[in-house]
Amino acid sequence: MTEFIRNNRVAVIGAAVVLLACIVLTLVAGTDSDIVRKTTSILRFAWTFAIPLVLAALVGVIGERSGVVNIGIEGQILASAFAGFFVAAASGSVWIGILAGLLTGMVMGAFLAWLCVRLRMDQIIAGVVLNIVATGITSFYYVQGKSLPSGVPVWEVPLLSKIPIIGPVFFRGGPIALGTLVVVVGLVFALFHTRWGLRTRAIGEYPTAADTAGINVNLMRFVNVTMAGLLAGAAGAVLSMEQSSTFERGMSAGKGFLALAIMIFGAWFPGRAFFAALFFGLMSGLASQLQADKVVNIPQQFINLLPFVLTLIILSVAAGRVRPPAASGQPFVKGEGS
Amino acid sequence: MAERILDIEGLVKVYGTVRANDGITLHVNRGEIVALLGENGAGKSTLVKQIFGLVIPDSGTISINGSVAKIKDPTDAIARGVGMVHQHFQLVPVMTVAENVVLGNEPLKGLRLDLSSARELVRTISERHGLEVDPDAIIEDLPVGTQQRVEIIKALSRKVELLILDEPTAVLTPQETDELLAVMKELAAAGTAIVFITHKLREVLAVADRVYVLRRGKTVGEVKASETDAAGLAQLMVGRTVVLQVDKEDPKVGAEVLKVTDLEVMDDRHLKAVNGFNLTVNAGEIVGVAGVEGNGQRELVEAIAGMRRPVKGAIALGGVDITLANPYQTHAAGLGHIPEDREKHGLVSDYSIADNLVLNRFDEPEFRNGPVRDTAAINANADNWIKTFDIRTPSGDLPASSLSGGNKQKVVVAREMSIEPRLLLAAQPTRGVDVGSIEFIHRRIVEARDRGAAVLLVSAELDEILGLADRIAVIHSGKVVKEMPAEGADRTHIGELMAGGH
Repeated sequence: MTEFIRNNRVAVIGAAVVLLACIVLTLVAGTDSDIVRKTTSILRFAWTFAIPLVLAALVGVIGERSGVVNIGIEGQILASAFAGFFVAAASGSVWIGILAGLLTGMVMGAFLAWLCVRLRMDQIIAGVVLNIVATGITSFYYVQGKSLPSGVPVWEVPLLSKIPIIGPVFFRGGPIALGTLVVVVGLVFALFHTRWGLRTRAIGEYPTAADTAGINVNLMRFVNVTMAGLLAGAAGAVLSMEQSSTFERGMSAGKGFLALAIMIFGAWFPGRAFFAALFFGLMSGLASQLQADKVVNIPQQFINLLPFVLTLIILSVAAGRVRPPAASGQPFVKGEGS
Repeated sequence: MAERILDIEGLVKVYGTVRANDGITLHVNRGEIVALLGENGAGKSTLVKQIFGLVIPDSGTISINGSVAKIKDPTDAIARGVGMVHQHFQLVPVMTVAENVVLGNEPLKGLRLDLSSARELVRTISERHGLEVDPDAIIEDLPVGTQQRVEIIKALSRKVELLILDEPTAVLTPQETDELLAVMKELAAAGTAIVFITHKLREVLAVADRVYVLRRGKTVGEVKASETDAAGLAQLMVGRTVVLQVDKEDPKVGAEVLKVTDLEVMDDRHLKAVNGFNLTVNAGEIVGVAGVEGNGQRELVEAIAGMRRPVKGAIALGGVDITLANPYQTHAAGLGHIPEDREKHGLVSDYSIADNLVLNRFDEPEFRNGPVRDTAAINANADNWIKTFDIRTPSGDLPASSLSGGNKQKVVVAREMSIEPRLLLAAQPTRGVDVGSIEFIHRRIVEARDRGAAVLLVSAELDEILGLADRIAVIHSGKVVKEMPAEGADRTHIGELMAGGH
């Protein structure tokens, strides 16, 4: 424990400062004060906005850390949102719907892995294929007038949800929202403190080194990309079931691509991707709040544009400063390039 | 009798039509250092890759510790106590030393990677064998010599009994080399058997107990290092049963064409590969640069051809300074260049043979009508060269990739000769070429000389140099150590000079 604190000093101090600020603010201003309500509401907006992005960015992180570029996340999200919603509607259970969403993401991940790892297809084209397939299928089989049998339950984490401001935002929500936090923490641990993580990073950086150390590079890439599909599935399910209760055509609305920008902004670290997504959400939330308060008067369309403008700015700043995994995007052929 | 750790019987590996290994038989004893000598393409790398399971033999047996081993992948080899340090290091650049050493064999504490015991492992091995390295350093921050040490530690951490080193000193500075040789001796004394590939005779004599010489996939010699010397090894290495005799008259030496003064050129690793090189080549003579590969020949050729920028010195062609010229400009100054690597620098494989034959002249009026290429002229040109150079192809329209090695080389030679160069720069002009084409290309080079061109021939084949050159310059460590007329040159003496002797 002490070692953990010593190794993560910045994170621990940061968390303590935020916690303290929330408590002090609530004590000074009162729970029902305007400022506390507004802060909570902006933060809630930000986190809601961020959840699918975080999940999708992690899909990208796992893929590229293993050496596979996945630009088909958008398609995975869309198809999963579709499958989740309609399976839930048909089966009468949101749980079966969520499961269907997860599995759809995974199956599409396996399809991408098959194209990229097994057939060694160009990874960008394989991703585009995924996106086109998803758009086509979800538009063609779309039916109107269906609805979810029930809402997705909302859970509260005991104790943590009582923290002022932060508690109700992060520790109160549907299973996927809460699961996202677990996944972020879990992936940070897995990627940097386990055998799986070391090997995953090795096959994404220098696969021949992993190969000569006796690691099955292509099998590992296949499994990683496939399993990451579960997270893309969760991102889809959260859109059509947890955050709304309807499916619309083109519902993913570029979130899969935004997630790739977040992955880069987060320099391929899961933890940083989480904060990068939150930052995107915060900016959007702030703009909406200012608009609602009539502080600024900008047409809504420009506010909606904000994440994409931010993406442009961030990517142009980040370019050249962060370094992707060296073997990302390169198929591995045994025995080549000694 | 010493305990045999490795026994290889009649090993054969065929790639297409090339018999890379053609019945190799050798053995290695415990605690022994065995050197594999031979020219490029002699089959040394193929041989060791089979021992490490990276390549599967077609026939023959590999026995380890007395039992026949079918090694199907590196995991297999590692399990049998074989470790290999590859020529290109197999280390993940962004990871630490400790992480790299345990990769594939990670110590765990529950689910967690146990990095502190990984560090401990590195420290133990590095102390035991005097291989100093910081377990927490990031690989890409380390100099090559240290990276190699990490590779050795990685191999040792798997409890190796047989350590294979593939050209371990090729990337090292002389100091790092000496350190490595000391480590090798130390390991052997502790009972590890070592097989190492090298081109450098000095190292062989310094550490090896026994030497196997490979030529064209066969073991052509086995000597005890204590019973031979650099001259003996040089002879074994370059000696040929077939000596190619080229008929040529005495040269009619004319004016100075190429003058290289105090040239210094860096290699890709920013080490000085050419270091104070001086040479002149006159019209009507062939000057042969003899040397063991990796002594700056490649960088010298690239600098003259304009493909690499020298850091110091000057190159003049016919009195014109071309030190900083690009390949287009050197070509305009009258340089014909037969590059060492024809696949990479000599041809565009996907282009037709006809197009490849005009790569250096496609923009000349002869081959265009205004801005449009003159296909008829290009094809006529191709037909002409295909006939005069006897390039074996059904049509000039076929891609260059359809040709065999010898015919590809003929395309390159024909193209470079077509400009009637003032200076012909021929780097390894007959590498990987069949005997018939070798003779043909040699004849053409002599013809170019007789026409009055200056020829600079760089070759790793001493026979080629002795057969073709009028004057020989021996290169070692990036400079000319001796110049001599080819007539009456003693091959043993040249072999010694090439190896850095006197």
